[in-house]
Amino acid sequence: MTRPLVHVPATARKGAVITIKTLIAHPMETGYRPDENGRLIPRDIIGELVCRYNGKEVFRAELAPAIAANPYVAFTTVATETGTLEFRWTDLTGKHWTHTAPITVVA
Amino acid sequence: MTYARLPALLLALLAVAPAHADPIPPGERLSGAAFMSRETRTMQEDDFANPGMLWVREGEALWAEKAGAAARACADCHGAAEATMKGVAARYPAWESRDGRPVDLLGRINLCRVRHQEAAPLAWESRALLALGTHVAAASRGEAIAPDPDPRLAPHRAEGRALYETRIGQLDLACTQCHDAQWGRRLAGNPIPQAHPTGYPLYRLEWQAVGSRQRRLRNCMTGVRAEPFAYGDPAFIAIELYLMERAAGMTIETPAVRP
Ligand code: HEC
Ligand code: HEC
Repeated sequence: MTRPLVHVPATARKGAVITIKTLIAHPMETGYRPDENGRLIPRDIIGELVCRYNGKEVFRAELAPAIAANPYVAFTTVATETGTLEFRWTDLTGKHWTHTAPITVVA
Repeated sequence: MTYARLPALLLALLAVAPAHADPIPPGERLSGAAFMSRETRTMQEDDFANPGMLWVREGEALWAEKAGAAARACADCHGAAEATMKGVAARYPAWESRDGRPVDLLGRINLCRVRHQEAAPLAWESRALLALGTHVAAASRGEAIAPDPDPRLAPHRAEGRALYETRIGQLDLACTQCHDAQWGRRLAGNPIPQAHPTGYPLYRLEWQAVGSRQRRLRNCMTGVRAEPFAYGDPAFIAIELYLMERAAGMTIETPAVRP
């Protein structure tokens, strides 16, 4: 039941730098930790977060196994036009989670 | 983690400290948040950086899901938790008249699962129970702790206080010796807080997850190398009753973040 939490300002002035904050529930299992029986817990990490703004990629992060569980990623972008931001987290097996957020850009 | 590697000096200090430390005067009480780094406090205060919010949202989804033979959702009987559950976590543990015993918030949620949804109780410390508990408790964020005044709770609170003042474990330390007598000092690098249960369930960076108040108490018990009580043990409910009374008037922070 992974539901990402994303904060995008609802409105922004054209040309303004906006801060976007994202959180996703995920164990970010490194693959180096033993379970109670001493067997290694298989690696299970989100490898990548990509953000597209009206279809155009504006941000991409590669997440390393050393990142804590429930990764928080914040970044900035420039408000160019009214539309949608699409977020996509992908794990190492190709499984992904998406979230979209609208933004209204005023002159 | 245990406190086996305590600086010898502090250990000696704790060992000779009287088991009866004076309670902290109301004006000097501080939430655990006051002992945290600026980064951790900022994380707690920003709903979009606080990972505990992931549990709040998960709980919100579960709240609306029909469950059990009764096929009822929490929301079917209780409406929106933000409104109907406001202040509830600030009052718990509360007296449960049907069973004639005190129950804490997570215990109450399981009573609703069993009695009203006709479903199996959720396991202690399971993700679903913590998510529901965090969602319900977050509705009290900003509310002052106001313990249930039912007089039948008095003997349980007194028992909780006695447990809080009893030396336990191989380190032979009582809760009060750390939390009333030594708060603000450092223990293996970590500041000792005053043990006010203002933020539960909360996100602990060390756990990388949300955990219950009882999980925190189990950590403190194993810290002094005592055998922790089992989840749901009446002794835990008694300690929680005393901790909430000690913190009466302080503000609920759920979902808090702790190191
Ligand atoms: C040896 C000192 C020591 C003893 C004894 C001890 N604790 Fe703690 N306790 C700590 C420390 C240190 C922390 C802070 C967390 C950490 O870094 O481990 C803590 C944290 C807590 C918290 C969390 C407060 C918050 O802000 O969320 C509570 C509640 C608590 N203790 C209750 C108890 C109770 C109840 C007992 C007795 C059963 C107890 N502690 C015994 C050292 C102690
Ligand atoms: C069929 C109706 C019904 C459903 C479904 C139900 N409850 Fe309840 N709930 C009650 C009633 C009635 C009470 C009052 C105590 C009692 O009689 O058990 C109560 C009490 C509570 C309380 C304590 C409120 C207080 O002021 O002390 C909480 C918390 C709670 N419910 C949470 C939940 C959660 C979480 C769920 C879903 C997992 C749920 N309930 C499902 C009927 C329901």
